Amino acid sequence: MQSIDPGKNFQTWRQAAKKLITAAAAPEEIIWEKPDPQNLFHTSTLRSDTAEYSTFSVPKEFPQLAKSVACHQIEQRWALLYRILWRIVIGRERHLCSISSDPDIAKAHLLAKSVRREIHKMHAFVRFKLVDTDPETSRERYAAWFEPDHHIVEAATPFFRKRFANMDWSIFTPKGCAHWDGKTLRFSEGIPENPVEDPDALEAIWRTYYRSIFNPARLKVKAMTTEMPKRYWKNLPEADLIQELISESTTRVTHMMQEPLRPAKPAPKNKYLESLRQMSEAPPPEEPPSI
Amino acid sequence: MELNKKLEILADAAKYDASCASSGAQRSDSRSGKGVGSTGGAGICHSYAPDGRCISLLKLLLTNSCIYDCHYCINRRSSNVRRAFFTADEVVKLTLDFYKRNYIEGLFLSSGIIRNADYTMEQVIAVAKTLRETHDFRGYIHLKTIPEASPELIEEAARYADRISINMELPTQKSLDLLAPEKNMARTKIAMGRIRQRLDDARAQKKDGNRKLRHATGQSTQVIVGADESTDADFLAGSDELYNSYKLKRVYYSAFSPIPEPSSILPLKAPPLIREHRLYQADWLMRFYGFKTQEILSPEQPFLDLELDPKLAWALRNRHDFPVNLQTAPKETLLRVPGLGVRNVARIIQIRRHTKIRLADLSRLRVSLSKVMPFLITADHNPSTLLLDSDRLRAKFAPKPQQLELFT
Repeated sequence: MQSIDPGKNFQTWRQAAKKLITAAAAPEEIIWEKPDPQNLFHTSTLRSDTAEYSTFSVPKEFPQLAKSVACHQIEQRWALLYRILWRIVIGRERHLCSISSDPDIAKAHLLAKSVRREIHKMHAFVRFKLVDTDPETSRERYAAWFEPDHHIVEAATPFFRKRFANMDWSIFTPKGCAHWDGKTLRFSEGIPENPVEDPDALEAIWRTYYRSIFNPARLKVKAMTTEMPKRYWKNLPEADLIQELISESTTRVTHMMQEPLRPAKPAPKNKYLESLRQMSEAPPPEEPPSI
Repeated sequence: MELNKKLEILADAAKYDASCASSGAQRSDSRSGKGVGSTGGAGICHSYAPDGRCISLLKLLLTNSCIYDCHYCINRRSSNVRRAFFTADEVVKLTLDFYKRNYIEGLFLSSGIIRNADYTMEQVIAVAKTLRETHDFRGYIHLKTIPEASPELIEEAARYADRISINMELPTQKSLDLLAPEKNMARTKIAMGRIRQRLDDARAQKKDGNRKLRHATGQSTQVIVGADESTDADFLAGSDELYNSYKLKRVYYSAFSPIPEPSSILPLKAPPLIREHRLYQADWLMRFYGFKTQEILSPEQPFLDLELDPKLAWALRNRHDFPVNLQTAPKETLLRVPGLGVRNVARIIQIRRHTKIRLADLSRLRVSLSKVMPFLITADHNPSTLLLDSDRLRAKFAPKPQQLELFT
């Protein structure tokens, strides 16, 4: 048994895993954890006589899958990835990544899926607040607070660089922060609390929009919460309207149903409406194109 | 009128349009420009309202004043709803302000018809033009166009927009004559045909190397379900034609739902939400599962089964085609198995090249075993043909009465 430090991301894990595969170290012999300096037995005992695996390649599906899995929050991800890598290289299961129903691959897909989903949700639910505007260049600076479950900040933020290249912004999260100044995307350690508590001036009008775009006659609360889980609500300025909108909806619909029916008003005198009537009476000027 | 009040009226006026897509645009981002925005990836839903609909675009009417009299519409001229007008600059500023805060993917702009079709189109185009040219906005723009507007104006709209659309509204001219007397199906189809040609041309030009060309990449439409007597077969036949002859990206089905200011010509009723859902499922079967309309519905049975999804309903009517062997059946056959989606079919085809598939494999692919088992043969399962032939099979899938979604 030996403890191996996976480091903090896919790159660091990959370096460690490469060495282990070269030494043909079996998955059962490895504990993926930061080695305890008090423990005298953690020093590496890798064999170095296995020239057979000194260079090896894996199908491209593996790094693709592994990059996503590596962002997941659960500790066992490193062991799972190593077991898959070991089976591909040492176990000669070259097609393993194509077998989505294999227990290890199915598990990896599941983890990768929740990571990809959260990246997508981060793109959707980050809410920027205007911090200030440079008086000389009028370049704006924005900041946002987001609380992801997984380690997705580095994977998710290049999207914002493309979209908001011409404004400065920071996204703060407990799992790492990202900062863009127009030139480089920089990452820093996570912080425990939201540094941008004050609401943005636009939030009031955004809430007006949210209230007005809701149709009370077609309440589908479950469809909403499936796509916008409650754990994201506390950082969404519109979410505290939800309860009120739901509870008012029945009354609003009842009122509509009780409203007297409005008779049709005659058409106003309008040249254009007259021309429509004439067009409708004449045969269509050309046939709609066929396939 | 203050901006907040206008927004309240003109967002409320726009909410009956179901289209929300923000995907399928050409790839573009702000790094080479001076403004904000990016398109070309998957669509993003930035929020969800309690009606279950996503909020992706800032969906607005430029004005809810309208000289048309469509009886399903709150903005028709006979309605006494309060009217409001946005200026182009107000919409431009709202779009940019919301976009920079990451509230939206872009703008969906429509308008009541004022004066005439061309004048109305010009107002809508002015907003998109300012966003693109003055502010170098590279987010998503969807513009609603009017079939009677001049083709040049529609083409101009397509150059500023990522998607353009004309709403079909109802599947027959008879229904339009009754409920939307100013609208005409033949004229709508002519306009859609013209748009299709322009979209094809733009695609060809881009292929030939004109990479700078900015042009919409698709058109969509909406039909209202439950406002007239049209059957589901009418709707699906209409959609089939729109997808095939006019190459529409999407047909949206919008259940006619109660509005304030109801018309005497079209009294209110509960919105047929399950019917709407089934139409979307059937639409999916036509677009991604290789089903023909006539297979999903027939003249004798012109309505979708509200209790069962349309694929399952089809399978129960065609039991002689089952069970199928998961290990050997062709892709087209697997796509017709209730409970197997496009993604899992692709995975199964990959897996079976290397190994035999068992039920446990399916459950690790998160396939619902109880749904597929009557229809599939796997390495360790052979369904009872007795069950496949019996009446109990339908009972097994039909929902218990209390699970039905009822309008109260």
